[in-house]
Amino acid sequence: MSAPDVRVEPRELEIRLGNLLRIGVTMAAGVVVTGGIIYLYRHGYEVSGYHDFRGEPAALRTFSGILSESAQFHGRGIMQLGLLVLIATPIARVAFAAYGFARQRDWMYAGISTLVLLLLLYGLLVSK
Amino acid sequence: MMAALSVLSFSLLVAAGSFAAGVAGAMTGLGGGVVLIPMLTLGFGVDIRYAMGASLVSVIATSSGAAAAFVREGYTNIRVGMLLEIATSLGAILGAVIAVWVHPSWIAFILGLVLLHAAYTSLRSNSPADLAGEIAARDRFSRALHLDGTYPTANGMVAYHVQSVPAGFALMGVAGILSGLLGIGSGVIKVLAMDRVMKLPFKVSTTTSNFMIGVTAAASAGIYLGKGYIDPGLSMPVMLGVLAGSLLGAKLLANAPVKQLRLLFGIVIAALAIEMIYNSLTGRFQ
Repeated sequence: MSAPDVRVEPRELEIRLGNLLRIGVTMAAGVVVTGGIIYLYRHGYEVSGYHDFRGEPAALRTFSGILSESAQFHGRGIMQLGLLVLIATPIARVAFAAYGFARQRDWMYAGISTLVLLLLLYGLLVSK
Repeated sequence: MMAALSVLSFSLLVAAGSFAAGVAGAMTGLGGGVVLIPMLTLGFGVDIRYAMGASLVSVIATSSGAAAAFVREGYTNIRVGMLLEIATSLGAILGAVIAVWVHPSWIAFILGLVLLHAAYTSLRSNSPADLAGEIAARDRFSRALHLDGTYPTANGMVAYHVQSVPAGFALMGVAGILSGLLGIGSGVIKVLAMDRVMKLPFKVSTTTSNFMIGVTAAASAGIYLGKGYIDPGLSMPVMLGVLAGSLLGAKLLANAPVKQLRLLFGIVIAALAIEMIYNSLTGRFQ
């Protein structure tokens, strides 16, 4: 079996993946801006303070907490949801790359991409 | 210690500073993240753990935002990037887990050393060695893993061979650990591994590094989120500022005096590095 061609079909896929990243970042930025406006409108004149590390409350550290905070239109929850979309963007890209390699029957790189995807999901879901 | 600011003025000042960092980072190729943590900790009195969280999410934003343009130009070697991501993701998870146990003074000290290295890279004036077309023995890993590629030049598509895969892989593991430990993109070390060690053409190295930075940062971002390092009120102005700045910086890049900029930015980074190290030794980071 000869080496799979590196250039022909993957280019099309790569461009689509690049666009996926841009859509993800734009969506994330939009959600963060929305949350930021609510946050600054409600809390803009309070005193800021990041000098001491207290860690975020549980509601901003877990998926369910972030979703429920966002559903209540809390600015900080919505901003955190935007950041979560941002974190998910490169992970989605790796997942699509795995799918793309599999469709080209490039099993070696489908496997490598899947391994990377599992590592990313471990970091996001399991490690806590 | 600076006077207490309202949330609104704090957010605007941090956004402006992050914007400047994003412009400088994109124009010099060093990335905006490298100066964010010193700016937030030394300039705004932010605890280094919150600064690391905000820096890490900004790194994902700039990497993903720039990737679409790079992919069109046809430089990114997706196979090399994906293979090396095994090393950087493992390293990033390890680094983020270690970060929780390491005293902030040590984090600041190590960041100071990484900044010194970035400053050195920036100040070293010689242009990057572009080894495309050089006849070299093919690396057997590179052959087995189908890593060789082609990239566009003024004279059409040029083929290149990838060298020293194991050494590059190991260096990428180090880049991943530093990324997870410090909340940075580690772009300088990633480019070093691909350009100098694996002998990829410089433009392929920088664009593939850009692709990898976002994936590496995503590996540790979940751990940072779970440990409460990512504060939305702080990350909002940082991420939006750096993203806007790096998009502008990439546009300005075509007609910019890159050499003078790298010199200037290198001096700024060296000064920040020394201040980080000094403050870490005098116990300012608690």
